[in-house]
Amino acid sequence: MFGDYSIGDLGSIFVMQGFAGLILFSVYVLMALGLAIIFGQMGVINMAHGEFMILGAYVTWMTSNFFQAFLPSLFSGYFFVAMILAFFASGALGMLVEWALIRHLYKRPLDTLLATWGLSLILQQAYRSIFGAREVGVELPQWMLGSQKVTDSIEVPINGIFVMCLTLLITIAVAYVMYKSRWGRQVRAVVQNRIMAGAVGINTERVDCYTFGLGCGIAGIAGSAFTMIGSTGPTSGQLYIVDTFLVVVFGGAASLVGTIASAFSISQTQSTLEFFMSGSMAKVLTLLAVVGILMLRPQGLFALKVRK
Amino acid sequence: MLIGHQPKDFLLSVEGLTVSFDGFKAVNDLSFYVEENEIRVIIGPNGAGKTTVLDLICGKTKATAGAIHFRDKDLTKMKENQIVQAGVGRKFQNPSIYDDLTVFENLEISYPRGRTVFGALTFTRDAVVRDRVHEVAEMIFLKDRLNMSAELLSHGQKQWLEIGMLLIQDPELLMLDEPVAGMSVSERVKTAELLNTIIKNRSVLVIEHDMKFVEDIAHKVTVLHQGQILSEGTMEKVKNDPKVIEVYLGH
Amino acid sequence: MNDNARFVNRKELMGILVLAVLLVVILPLSLDVFRLNLVAKYLTYAFVALGLVICWGFGGILSLGQGVFFGLGGYCMAMFLKLEASSPENTKIQSTPGIPDFMDWNQITSLPLFWKPFHSLTFTVIAIIVVPAFFAFIIGAAMFKRRVGGTYFAIITQAVAAILTILIVGQQGYTGGINGMTDLRTLKGWDIRPDHAKIVLYFFEVALLFGCIFIAQFIRRSKLGRILVAMREKEDRVRFSGYSVANFKIFAFCVAAMFAAIGGAMFALNVGFMSPSFVGIVPSIEMVIYTAVGGRLSILGAVYGTLLVNFAKTSLSESFPELWLFGLGGLFIAVVLAFPNGLAGIWGDYIQPRIDRLFASRKSGSDPKADSKNGKSFGPVADGAPAE
Repeated sequence: MFGDYSIGDLGSIFVMQGFAGLILFSVYVLMALGLAIIFGQMGVINMAHGEFMILGAYVTWMTSNFFQAFLPSLFSGYFFVAMILAFFASGALGMLVEWALIRHLYKRPLDTLLATWGLSLILQQAYRSIFGAREVGVELPQWMLGSQKVTDSIEVPINGIFVMCLTLLITIAVAYVMYKSRWGRQVRAVVQNRIMAGAVGINTERVDCYTFGLGCGIAGIAGSAFTMIGSTGPTSGQLYIVDTFLVVVFGGAASLVGTIASAFSISQTQSTLEFFMSGSMAKVLTLLAVVGILMLRPQGLFALKVRK
Repeated sequence: MLIGHQPKDFLLSVEGLTVSFDGFKAVNDLSFYVEENEIRVIIGPNGAGKTTVLDLICGKTKATAGAIHFRDKDLTKMKENQIVQAGVGRKFQNPSIYDDLTVFENLEISYPRGRTVFGALTFTRDAVVRDRVHEVAEMIFLKDRLNMSAELLSHGQKQWLEIGMLLIQDPELLMLDEPVAGMSVSERVKTAELLNTIIKNRSVLVIEHDMKFVEDIAHKVTVLHQGQILSEGTMEKVKNDPKVIEVYLGH
Repeated sequence: MNDNARFVNRKELMGILVLAVLLVVILPLSLDVFRLNLVAKYLTYAFVALGLVICWGFGGILSLGQGVFFGLGGYCMAMFLKLEASSPENTKIQSTPGIPDFMDWNQITSLPLFWKPFHSLTFTVIAIIVVPAFFAFIIGAAMFKRRVGGTYFAIITQAVAAILTILIVGQQGYTGGINGMTDLRTLKGWDIRPDHAKIVLYFFEVALLFGCIFIAQFIRRSKLGRILVAMREKEDRVRFSGYSVANFKIFAFCVAAMFAAIGGAMFALNVGFMSPSFVGIVPSIEMVIYTAVGGRLSILGAVYGTLLVNFAKTSLSESFPELWLFGLGGLFIAVVLAFPNGLAGIWGDYIQPRIDRLFASRKSGSDPKADSKNGKSFGPVADGAPAE
C-alpha cells in the first residue's frame, strides 16, 4: 500500500497525520482534565461533562457574535475574553449542580451517573430550545486562519497550534492548582480522608463544591477551545463523553500524568489507524484496544498499589 | 472434614512474609507458627501490621514475598473463597454482615453447602440446614431474632452474628479481629463466654487490645511492631519483656 | 423442596395475576391492533428491564450496555428473517439475486460465511440465546475476575455499546448499516406483517415474558438471589463465606444478557426491522431508566416501568417533542434523588400498607405476615422490633 508514495511523501503524511492526532489529543486532554479532577478526585461520574463543555462553546460563540456586532475593532482578541467567560459560566453551573444534585449522592456513585445523564438530556434540550438544533460555528480572528509551512510538503494549521499551546498552558495551571496550591492540598486531603480533613478544619462541603465547579469550568474552557477546530451543536458533547471517560480510566483515574499519557496514546493510535482504514474502523479498533487493555489491567496505566 | 493430622505438625506456618505498599513495608519478613488447637493472640501498637497479617492469610491482600502454609496448602497461591473452603474463617474488625437480609438468611448463606452458582440455585433449606442455623443462633444469643432484618441489631449483636456466620462454616482456623471492640461490659462477658465455647477443637488467631481478655484466652502471644515480631511466647514472658513494655504496654 | 417449592408467595402471585389479566385480557380487548403492536414493542424492552433487575437491582452491577445484547438477539433474528425475505424470486432484480438487498447495494456478490447458518431457524433460536450469553460471559469473566465493578464496569459496558454501534454502522455491506435490516416479511413462510400475525406474536411475546418473570422469580427466591443481594452490600463478606463472587456476577450478567437478547429477537419479529439505533449508548441507558422507574428491586415493577415510560414517551413526543427530553431527564434525576425504589417503592411504602390495613380491619386475625418468613421483602422491614 505504500507503493504509490515516495519516502518523503510518506514522511510528510505521517507528520501531518501525527499533527491531526495532536489536535485530537488536545481536545481529549482538555476534556479529560476536568473529568480527571471530578472523577479522579471526587469519584463522581459526571455524564453531563460534555454538556458543560458545550456550554463553554456556546458562550464563546455568543461572545464572538457580540464582539462582531459591537466591538469589531477588538475582534482579534475576543477569544481570550470568551475563554474566561466560558470558564465562569460552566463553573457556576457546575457549582449549582453540585449543590442541588451531586452532594446528595456522594455515597451512590452509580446513581450519580444516572442523575447526571438525566441532567445532560435536560441541558441538551435546553441548548436546542435556546440556540436551535443546527450546529453553530464561530468566526475565527484573522490571525488564527491559515497554516504555517514547516517544510515544502508539511504545513500545520495555526488554529491547531493555538489549541495545543492552550492545552499546554491549562494543563500546567491545573497541575499547579492541584499539586502546589493550598487549595489543591485541601482537595487531596478531602479525597484521602474526608472525616479527618473535616476534623482539621477543612470545610469539606465547600471543597467539594469548588472542586466540582473547577472541573466544570475547565470543561467550559475545553468547549471554548473546541470552537476553534469544529462547530458546536446541542449534542456535540455526547460524542466525546465515552471516549473521554475511557481516557481518564485508561490513564488511572487519580493520575494527571496518566490522563495525559493515555490521551496521547489513544489519540495517536486512532489518527494513525485512520491512515490505514476507514475512520469508523479506526475508532472501533482503538476503543477495542483500550477496552482490551483495561480488562487486563483494570487499574489503568498509572496507579499506585495501596491498602484498601 | 479431614482429620489426618500428625501431632507435631503446625496447622499454619507463616515464613518470611513481606508485603509492601508502594515502598512501605507493612509486614516485614515475618515468621510464626500456629499449632493445632492453639489459641494465639496478636497484640501490638496501632500500625504494627496486625490486621494486614490477617488480610494476608485470608487472601485479601497479596504478599510481596514469603509463604503461608495451611497444612499442606500454600495460601498465597489461592483465592479468598478457596482459602475459606480449605478451612480458614475470618471475622472483620467492623461487623461485616448483610444488613438487607434477616439473621436467618445471614447464617444460611454462611452454611457451607451450595457454594457454586448452580449449587446456590438448587440449594434447598432442608431440616439439616434449619437445625444447624437454630443451633448456632442459640449459641450467639440471637435465637429469637432469626426473622429480624440484620440491620436492626445492636452493634454487639452484629458482632455475635458475624461470629455465628463463621461458626456455621466450622473452620479449622478461626481468625478474629478485635472481637470485643465497641462492646458494652455485659456484652464483653457474654462474648468471652461465647468465644470460650467456640474455640474448642480448632485453632484461633485473635487480634485484641483488651489485655484482660488476652490474658484469659491466650495460649501464646505474638507482639508485632512495625511489621516485625518484637516478642513471642506465653503472656507471662511477653509481659515482662522490656522491649514490649517500651513500645506497647508501657503506656 | 418444601420452602423453595413455594417460590412465589401469595402477594406476589396476586401481582403476577394482575399483570397477566392486564396483558392478556385488558390490553388486547381495549386496544386496536396498531396500539397493541406498540405495546408489544414496549414489552420487548421489558425483557431488558427484567434482566437489569437481576443484574443491577439484586446484584448491584450496573450495565450501561444492555443495548448490545438486545441488538445481538435482534440482529440474529433479523438475519434469519432477512434471508427468508431475500429468496432468489424476491430479489431477482438485484445484480446478485438471493442475497439481502443491502449487500447487493454495497457490491457484495456472495453471502458472507457468518450469514450462512442463519438459514436455519433452529440455529437462529440457539444463537439468539448463546451469542449474547457468550459475549456477556467474556466481558463478565474479564472484568469480574479482576474485581472491576461499579462505575468502571458501567463505563466499559458503555464503551462496548459504542464499539458495536460504530461497527454495525460502519460495516454496511454485512449489517445494513445505519438503516439496519428492514423489510422483514415471513417466518418459515408465515407472514409476520398482517394484523392477525401481530396479535399472535403479541401473545407469544407475553408468554415468553411470563416465562422470564418466572425465571427471575426463581432466581430471586433461590439462595443465589440472596447471595446476589448479600454481594451488593458486602462483597468481601461473601468472598470470605467461601463463594466465588466473580462467578455469581458473571451468572447475573449472563442472565440479564439473555433476557435482553430475547427482547431483541421479539423486537425484530414484532416491529419488523432491527437497526443500530437500539444498540448504542443512548438506548442502553434509557433501558436502565425503565428499570429504575419500575423499581430496581421489583420484577413486576420492571414491566410496569417500561410500559409507563414508553407510553409517556410516545404520547409526549407526539405532541410536545421538546418536553419529552426535559421529562426524561427530570425522570432520571427524580427517580434517583427522590424515589430510589421507583414505582414499587411508592407502592410498597404508601399504597400496599393502606390496602393491608383495609383488609386487616375487615377480617382481623388473618395472617398478613405469613409470607415474610420465607425469602425477603426488599422494602423496609415492618415487623422488626428495634434492637435492644
